[in-house]
Amino acid sequence: MNRSSVRDFVVGLFVLAGIAAIVYLSISIGGLTWHKAGGLKLSAAFDETGGLSVRAPVVIAGVRVGEIATISLQNDYRAKVDLELDPTLKLPTDTTASIVTAGVLGDRYIELQPGGDEKLLKSGERITFTESAVILERLIGQLVYGSAKRSTTNNPAATEPAKTK
Amino acid sequence: MVNPVSQVGYKAVQLTQDLGSMAAFAVDIVRTSLTRPVRFAAFAREIYKLGVLSLPIICVCGLTVGMVMGLQGHHTLVRFGAQRSLGAVVGLSLIRELGPVLTALLVAGRAGSATAAEIGAMVATEQLNGLRMLSIDPVSLVVKPRAVGMLFVTPLLTGLFIVCGLYGGYLVGVGLLHGDPGSYMSSLRAVVDFHNDIECCMLKSTVFGLLLGLIATYRGYTSAPTSQGVSAATTSCVVISSVTVLLTDYLASALWGV
Repeated sequence: MNRSSVRDFVVGLFVLAGIAAIVYLSISIGGLTWHKAGGLKLSAAFDETGGLSVRAPVVIAGVRVGEIATISLQNDYRAKVDLELDPTLKLPTDTTASIVTAGVLGDRYIELQPGGDEKLLKSGERITFTESAVILERLIGQLVYGSAKRSTTNNPAATEPAKTK
Repeated sequence: MVNPVSQVGYKAVQLTQDLGSMAAFAVDIVRTSLTRPVRFAAFAREIYKLGVLSLPIICVCGLTVGMVMGLQGHHTLVRFGAQRSLGAVVGLSLIRELGPVLTALLVAGRAGSATAAEIGAMVATEQLNGLRMLSIDPVSLVVKPRAVGMLFVTPLLTGLFIVCGLYGGYLVGVGLLHGDPGSYMSSLRAVVDFHNDIECCMLKSTVFGLLLGLIATYRGYTSAPTSQGVSAATTSCVVISSVTVLLTDYLASALWGV
């Protein structure tokens, strides 16, 4: 009887430890939250998202304040990015959202720069001022063709290779 | 001399029969699980034997695997100047693949073989027939607690294995190689997603637990009532479990679409 109760206690400890491990993995490492609803939901339209991914962080001054919920294409062929932010956050209406990169080739995330307006953004509203992602290849292309453009004026850069055929 | 074609046919029929009777056995286990008696005491005893006694090997292996991943990952990442993502590398590989698979293989070797041998010895010493004479269903008394215990224990052990592995990677990456503790944890947290990774991991380990319990008890239950029968049941239990786990893991990864 005594032996059995000791064993039951050990079994209980084991089960609790196992459940604690799974809960730790889910919540602390996996970022599982129950209160999904109720956050500050804003959207922003970008010309170029450049490999931005869902669940990428949204930061203000380097501090994480939320994450990206969905990315979809609008009718005008711009990308609509829905943000889910900390519900206690107060953002003025002239806030700027820009897609930036961690390091030269790192992950993309969104940085918000609050403006000075007195009116505040409400949940479901749209951030009007946006700054698209910078594509490194395009930048290099502009550099190369930009110098070519200067020598042969009025010729669009993209038609240059076709001409040599 | 047997005709080779009929030999193939015989083997195919035998395999199909084996799979069929295994499915019938699984249905039997499910049926007894849904009916009384519940047998809580036997269940607790099996969790002790299958789970608690597997804990040392699971923790040591998890820690070692995490330490090796930390060391190897660091040496590879340093070449690209990406030591900061060590946590992501260790965490993702542990959670998606190594955790569920290695835990299942260890459980198959440590607990599955013991279960098959135990039930096989009961068959060899006619204990199961004795139970039948007392009109006690041996599936309910002997098989059910072990199969359900295995199903219950494998995800818990997987969780503990992964936590030990993450700690092992942390020990090497931060303690030994003087990495940054903050970037280890933050790269880990940034990359691991509950819905993609943890759910996939838990689903996998539950399926593995189901298969391990089924194979171990079936092999023991159908073993020949001789000493060779017991040893053959133990061996084939470990072999079949390992192959099944690895194949199922591939299928699960492919179907999950990661």
